Amino acid sequence: MFTGFFYALKKSKVPISITEWMTFMEALARGYIHNLDEFYYVGRSLLVKSEVYFDHYDVAFQEYFKGVESMTEITEQVMKWLNSPLTQRAVDQDLPFGYTAETLEDLITALEKRLREQDSPHDGGNYWVGRGGRSPFGFGGEHPAAIRIGGDGGNRTAVQIAGDRLYRNYRSDLTLDVRQIKMALKKLRQLKHIGLEDELDLDKTIDATARNVGDLELVWRRERKNAVKLLLLMDTGGSMEPYAHLCSLLFTAANTSTHFKDFQYYYFHNCIYDDVFKNMETRDEVSTDHLLQILTPDYKVVIVGDANMAPWELMERNGSINRYQKNKTPGIVWLERFERHFTHIVWLNPEEQGQWWRAPTLYAIKKMFPMYPLTLDGLGQAVKKLIVKK
Amino acid sequence: MKNDAFNQFKGSKDYVTSEALRNAVNIAIALGRPLLIRGEPGTGKTMLAHSIAKDLKKRLIVWNIKSTTKAQEGLYVYDTVQRLNDSRFGDKDIADIKQYIKLGKLGQAFSSTEQVILLIDEVDKADIEFPNDLLNELDDMSFFIPETGETVTAKNRPITIITSNAEKELPDAFLRRCVFHYIEFPAPELMTQIVAVHFPNLKDGLLREAMKTFYALRDIEEFRKKPSTSELVDWIKVLLASETSNDNIAKTVPFAGALLKKEVDYDYFLSNYMVKQDESYVLKKQF
Repeated sequence: MFTGFFYALKKSKVPISITEWMTFMEALARGYIHNLDEFYYVGRSLLVKSEVYFDHYDVAFQEYFKGVESMTEITEQVMKWLNSPLTQRAVDQDLPFGYTAETLEDLITALEKRLREQDSPHDGGNYWVGRGGRSPFGFGGEHPAAIRIGGDGGNRTAVQIAGDRLYRNYRSDLTLDVRQIKMALKKLRQLKHIGLEDELDLDKTIDATARNVGDLELVWRRERKNAVKLLLLMDTGGSMEPYAHLCSLLFTAANTSTHFKDFQYYYFHNCIYDDVFKNMETRDEVSTDHLLQILTPDYKVVIVGDANMAPWELMERNGSINRYQKNKTPGIVWLERFERHFTHIVWLNPEEQGQWWRAPTLYAIKKMFPMYPLTLDGLGQAVKKLIVKK
Repeated sequence: MKNDAFNQFKGSKDYVTSEALRNAVNIAIALGRPLLIRGEPGTGKTMLAHSIAKDLKKRLIVWNIKSTTKAQEGLYVYDTVQRLNDSRFGDKDIADIKQYIKLGKLGQAFSSTEQVILLIDEVDKADIEFPNDLLNELDDMSFFIPETGETVTAKNRPITIITSNAEKELPDAFLRRCVFHYIEFPAPELMTQIVAVHFPNLKDGLLREAMKTFYALRDIEEFRKKPSTSELVDWIKVLLASETSNDNIAKTVPFAGALLKKEVDYDYFLSNYMVKQDESYVLKKQF
């Protein structure tokens, strides 16, 4: 029953197991599901175990049940809205910079094309018909001449709800917030017995007491605590500007995570040279040599940067883009020193992975450090890399 | 077949539910699986268990999880130290181990003669291994006490509600056995109903202005902690008590401290969204 749905879910990467599928089948067999809406909700609560995958589920549901309620219904709605005076006025208005002034016909043609395309599963973006964003189609968006689809209205059916794709923002491959980063960083831990001996070791107490011919003898032990020390190095170069918010999220998460034994952070501009900065604006600098001396090799190092600079900035002396920072040693040598000094080091790149080829210096750096995109998935992989032995 | 075992839970008077949530609760009850509830703080995860207990008129057993909680404590605790002590100083019969076995919350829920609701609150606070340690017990709804050779089996499978703030990721094996529901942040229509439950006689104007400001504040991405339902309810309480005029609510956002609980958020709000005007702050731009 509905085996195709199982594979549709698999295809849109919902992590689903046979156990869960059988539970869902049980619910169906016992007659707990009476209509498509209940199918949608019950299926979701039994098959999907994290809001991260709600959007994947919506996509699969839409694909599998797309024949049940056809798209024409929406197209008719769209036409009705298009004919209303309000929309016409919106098109006539002056458009802010960055938005093209499509004519009504253009919009309709494009919308029809897009609705056809949207039948197939896909990953997010601001392109599709949906809520928010800058697409000219959908609801609650920013595009001033947009066509509004959906939004307010009475009872919505499951297929429409799936079509709304309300959970797109929960996808882990798209967005990050402080809490999510914190969760990812929480995995960065190595428990060791440290601190005062203030925990009663019951097994040893019983053992010792028995050896002591029944005279009570208490044995104490140290509590287990996280021994991970973290060093965060962040690029503040001009090309990093678009990712400033993302980087500040990562910083906040790391800084407010209380479970590290020690947390240090420094900034650099495009590449690491003779000095790194405690504060970029005040140029509160620390000698990189000194840093490598005081920090033990067991610090876990995370470097955040787009690894995108002019080749001479990486390869040559005095290559630094800052005039005041005449570097005696080329950046690449400094990076090598880091690589040699620390046992665990990763590079997080906020640039979209598809764009990495654009950076001329990226591959030289990627050869040296394991590089991951600054997404939740990438961060997860990076943390894993930081935990395992080299 | 319209099943009476299904559709048991319909929501109680003081707790507003969505269709998705009702479905999740009912399927969990019908299949006898634990229901895992996740969502932002302040969306009423814990309240759900209370509401189910009230609606189905069943006893509620709450097991609050702390960072030090061990799975074993939920089943039973064998008080070895007491027994050790009694063996030296006490006059009890220490051969009777039963008196040193104390059932935990899970144990109490299993041994109850009638069906109970078991709330395992904030399961993610405990150690990462905690949920895995409970897998078998929640599956079979029984556990074995080696010290006495007894097996405690649930006479009636308790309706188990587990809440999580998603501070830690839960193990896959555990998730596979649960029914999952994510409580979204309520949309304005649902929020209106929720507020109506708390303040049945609220005037329309005040509600409208308060909601408008509240959702505008939630849209500010820079906040570390966005205001949630419980903050809104508190805020309306304060607004009512202070008899603030409706115009003022949207203009000056009085008592913003009730909504913004973090100092950084409050400072950020003051410096970026408010200007000083005759000794008091007003919004730079109306929401």
